[in-house]
Amino acid sequence: MARLLDKPWLWAFVGAFVVWIATALFTGGMGAGEVLTAAFTFAVFFVIVGIGQMFVITLGPGNVDLSVPATITLAGAVSTKLMDTADSMILIGFLAAMGVGLGVGVLNYGLIRLLRIPPIIATLSAAFIIQSTAIAYGRGLRIKPPEMLADFTTTRIAGMPVLAICVIVLAGVMAVVLNRTIYGRSVIAIGQNRRAARLAGISVEWTRFATYTMCALFASLCGYLLSGFSGGASLGMGEEYLLASIAVVVIGGTSVAGGFSNVPGLWGAALFMFLLVTMLNTFGAAAGVRLIMTGLIIITVIVLAGGRKAPR
Amino acid sequence: MATLVSPRILRSVLPAASLALLMLAIFWLQPRAASYMGLNLMLGLAIPIALATIAQMFILTVNDLDLSIGAYVGFCACIAGTLLVDAPVYGVLALAGGVLAYALLGALIHVRNLPSIVVTLGMSFVWLGAAVLILPRPGGSSPGWIRWLMTLRPEYVPFPILAATAIAAVVHLGLMRTSYGAVLRGAGGNPRAIERAGWSLLKAKMTMYAFAGIFGMLAGLALIGLTTSADANIAARYTLLSIAGVILGGGEFVGGRVSPTGAVIGAITLTLAGSFLTFLQIPPDWQIGATGAILIIVLALRALINRAEER
Repeated sequence: MARLLDKPWLWAFVGAFVVWIATALFTGGMGAGEVLTAAFTFAVFFVIVGIGQMFVITLGPGNVDLSVPATITLAGAVSTKLMDTADSMILIGFLAAMGVGLGVGVLNYGLIRLLRIPPIIATLSAAFIIQSTAIAYGRGLRIKPPEMLADFTTTRIAGMPVLAICVIVLAGVMAVVLNRTIYGRSVIAIGQNRRAARLAGISVEWTRFATYTMCALFASLCGYLLSGFSGGASLGMGEEYLLASIAVVVIGGTSVAGGFSNVPGLWGAALFMFLLVTMLNTFGAAAGVRLIMTGLIIITVIVLAGGRKAPR
Repeated sequence: MATLVSPRILRSVLPAASLALLMLAIFWLQPRAASYMGLNLMLGLAIPIALATIAQMFILTVNDLDLSIGAYVGFCACIAGTLLVDAPVYGVLALAGGVLAYALLGALIHVRNLPSIVVTLGMSFVWLGAAVLILPRPGGSSPGWIRWLMTLRPEYVPFPILAATAIAAVVHLGLMRTSYGAVLRGAGGNPRAIERAGWSLLKAKMTMYAFAGIFGMLAGLALIGLTTSADANIAARYTLLSIAGVILGGGEFVGGRVSPTGAVIGAITLTLAGSFLTFLQIPPDWQIGATGAILIIVLALRALINRAEER
């Protein structure tokens, strides 16, 4: 029990549970199951981008990928246009989305390395270009996703979205990658002390390259699935994922100073974020109040989690 | 030769040189732009962006990043478009509250050692929500005196140029030429040294955040003076533009190395880049991309200069 209480990801799940109960009490238990189904349906996308962002943030202070929303939009636009509603093109569309992710990852890391600039500025500059490409490429794009892809993203088994099950498995795999592989341990080591990691013989640059590329790949995967889920790609589809990708990482109990992270918290935080908005909606809060509450809760969580003193 | 073109001089000339180059290109493409009216039109929107960039610069000086400045400028514009017209006392109080919130945010981030990115990202929702509550639909009107100021037509020199010069001069004198300004920059450059010397880091950080709040507010006021109506999302793109502006203007990301003059020049460069693309008849879709490209080119040049310096 004491060991369980020690887990940093516990509080995200507790928060999600409390908010869900509050919603259910307000409605007298009506629709509580549906709310949970919806929460799993939407949380999936937060978790996918959250995994990539978490690995990046784990690399240490200053590491964050601001190009996630633009990458989502570009991958969604490219894959939807390429698939052109044809079921037979689903795999090609997926590969195209991954190609976008690979390209973005190389671009981001290239800027960080060649220009020797902080990752925030590098990914910001890249985001400008990626977003513009997406806008120019996707203008007037009104293509529905292939039916099979749309079905896959919306199918449920006993109220549980199939996609959510897949992403729970994916999260499990990534947890193993983080905690049990040389690559994952390298990421954590670099986040705790980059100099020590380098002296210990860890290939810092290769690890950083792999991490930024992986983050872009996850963002692309999110864009691909999201365009299937929401009936096509749109230019603003990535917008809310900048905050979401960082928020789920932080609320999930990962240290923003880097070096300490966990995968389960992403799920807890993603569910919490969705259920919170649902609760405020159920209570009939105005759009403005909802936004203010979302902001204040994120700040409260980060204040409570506290800034672990960054190792200097 | 080697002393004449030292990396240090090159680096400080880079922002102004890029602006001059862009200006020349615009005048070459469209000679009529080189007139009083042309400059007035092209540079008008540069004033709020320059003010927001200065606000972002204050935050960057203490090694933080403000991802809420766009939402905050929008919030201030909404207050100015509604409360400041209908009930000036409450309007002024609300704007002062915004500045106070910024100072407290600085204190919170310092005391709890929080990552500014996450806190300000959360604040962007708070400002946006507050703006939506005040002004659910685009509308409002601009207070007469702000409108009067922003549409001034002084003789010979267009108002935006005068305003930009004044902003750069005031901030330069305050931050670069006063002794407390040096302490404030030191709080970003070498916090431990500043603390050992007996200065309060908390006070320094709160001051910098408060100044960011003040200049963000001025950006909101200037913006509504130009547009005459407000909207909660009116300044959403200012967040990224302001960061790009500071970096373009020669500001470093960490270490308190910033340049107010450079920041204003950076903001003007970004604004003019839009006009340049229009004159080139490049579709507006590529405007954001051009911002990114300019940023990368300037950073690449700077990296080259730095590399030359190391040799």
